Amino acid sequence: MKAISIENISKKYILSHKKKKYQNLKESVSGFFGELFTSKDEEETKEVFWALRNVSFDIEQGDRIGIVGSNGAGKSTLLKILSRITEPTSGQVKVNGRMASLLEVGTGFHPELTGRENIFLNGSILGMKQQEIKGQFDEIVSFAGIEKFLDTPVKRYSSGMYVRLGFAIAAHLEPEILIVDEVLAVGDSEFQKKCLGKMKDVSSSGRTILFVSHNSTAIQGLCNKAAFLQKGNLVKYGEVGEVLHDYMTSISKFQLQQNWETPENAPGNDKVRIKNIEIVPEFINANKNIDVRTPLKINIEFWNMLESAHLNLSIFLYNMTGECVFNVGSQAKTFSKGLITALLEIPANFLNDGSYYISVMIVKDTADPIYFMEDAISFDVADWREGTNWYGKWPGAVRPINISVKTWKVDGLI
Amino acid sequence: MERNEVLIKAGKSALNYWREVWRQRELFWILGKRDVMVRYKQSVLGIAWALIRTLLTTLVMAFAFGKIAKLDQTTSIPYILVVIPGVIIWLFFSQCLLQISYSIVGNGNLVSKVYFPRIIIPFSSFLVGLLDAIIAIIFFFVVCIYYQFSPNWHVIFAPVFLLLTYLGAFGAGLFAATLNVKYRDIGQIIPFVVQFGYFISPVAYSIEEYKTKWWYPIYNLNPVAGTVDGMRWCLLGDFAEFNWQSFIPMLIFVTISVLFSIWFFRKNENSFVDHL
Repeated sequence: MKAISIENISKKYILSHKKKKYQNLKESVSGFFGELFTSKDEEETKEVFWALRNVSFDIEQGDRIGIVGSNGAGKSTLLKILSRITEPTSGQVKVNGRMASLLEVGTGFHPELTGRENIFLNGSILGMKQQEIKGQFDEIVSFAGIEKFLDTPVKRYSSGMYVRLGFAIAAHLEPEILIVDEVLAVGDSEFQKKCLGKMKDVSSSGRTILFVSHNSTAIQGLCNKAAFLQKGNLVKYGEVGEVLHDYMTSISKFQLQQNWETPENAPGNDKVRIKNIEIVPEFINANKNIDVRTPLKINIEFWNMLESAHLNLSIFLYNMTGECVFNVGSQAKTFSKGLITALLEIPANFLNDGSYYISVMIVKDTADPIYFMEDAISFDVADWREGTNWYGKWPGAVRPINISVKTWKVDGLI
Repeated sequence: MERNEVLIKAGKSALNYWREVWRQRELFWILGKRDVMVRYKQSVLGIAWALIRTLLTTLVMAFAFGKIAKLDQTTSIPYILVVIPGVIIWLFFSQCLLQISYSIVGNGNLVSKVYFPRIIIPFSSFLVGLLDAIIAIIFFFVVCIYYQFSPNWHVIFAPVFLLLTYLGAFGAGLFAATLNVKYRDIGQIIPFVVQFGYFISPVAYSIEEYKTKWWYPIYNLNPVAGTVDGMRWCLLGDFAEFNWQSFIPMLIFVTISVLFSIWFFRKNENSFVDHL
């Protein structure tokens, strides 16, 4: 059965471009008269901005849908329409079942009231009856971990406690459809782990979840389907793996290969000219994205115009902050004139997730750089997690998970 | 748990709206209770403030209008007894008006993040004022005992006039609240109106001898005039006549303003989020 049926939803905003941002009563009234007499120069320009355009898709009961898109794609607007915070300009949505949305944690919390009072207030605002809240009260308190602070005003809570309490209340709402908007963006990793765990529980009991996040790993872990929005349009809706692939492709700037046919238009100088630089990922298991498990081959071909030169190649790998992750070089060999090939193999499970670019230097006599090509190719490495419920950013320039840490027990010591 | 299908589309669905208001009626109490609790948190005197406010207003008025302006010569019963019903109504009306007109903007964080029928917000913001009014009425009875004055059976109508006062404040306040979301000037105008409204309402004085003047009917368009006169009739028994001339206009004003402002509110409700 369809839980939510979205049909051709559009939302339009009218942006006016005037000097003054505020509109007050006087301006409106005088503007009305002014329009009768005004000359063209004084007219304000109005721009129509479509936050959403003809978005349609259906959600079955029990689906877990991830909604992805860059900032400004219309994700939050769609959630607001579903939550009935704002009206669509056209189109309609049919919703079957009780729906609760968590657009912000701690909605309605009043800083002067205690934790206990706020639980009843927030729960009621979110749609729970007083009886229901009483029934779930103890569970909410233990999930949030604030037993000691129940009777202190919420303004005294740390931000972590605040957010845990807000989520705890929402998590116990027991609606048929739960809408969650980027609440994982706040809170520490422990909290995020709890949230995702709870959402998994909620979904395994047959409830429908709509989840907006920028954290693709979390979406991959939790959702079965995804919707990709871009500039108000629904670009793709379907299996989470496919949609995420399209999403990642669209946001990554990459250049996986550059090549030139003839030395004349190739980059270089009178000594060497680059013919081809490419990165070839060895995809495993029909995976289409480069992720941390993908071994990478970097092929470089260049023309050597020197008669007999003692050359080696030096390859630099930079991450997006400009830090050099590593610099490796080939053994210097003597080459005669002609086409020379180099191969660098980066093993699987070595690089961390992130964006990288490669620069190449050709060196003569082991100390004399004769050509340097910066930013020759760039690529993204996506994250992949297995066997863990933690979805934070894995630190480190590299992630050599095959270098193992051994642990064992030493007896007899206190 | 209800298994209902909800249809979301552009354009109003009035029938479901009021059903939803009923379904979420608990929220009405919760928000009202919240306002009351918040007001008296971290205050030492707590609810005593309501009493102090009424007492001080009455005393100041009795002094300024009674002694200085010598209005206390015009009444047959102790002047202070004439003043108190006016004070009760006025404080209730002005508090409600102020609270209601600011309610939507003040609860902006709720409006922009959660769905519930928005009209519950202004509806619930009168509980704070009501509490004060009840305490003020008790105060009146205490003063009556002091002056050995006993009100008669008219007293049972006191809640009626309180309700009418509330509706008068609601009618004006709801309209102001809706306007205030888009045009924040209203937030400045209302306190100002309350300030001078105080003087053109028969709070401190009784307007009886001016009934024949030409401007009297216009004066009675002020709903506070009607409710103050009514409250006086309730609490002062035979010493105050039931003034039909102020009662009828007040009823008309209240009915029209409430219906109009509810319509205006509903019309603009869905665009609140875009202006908050």
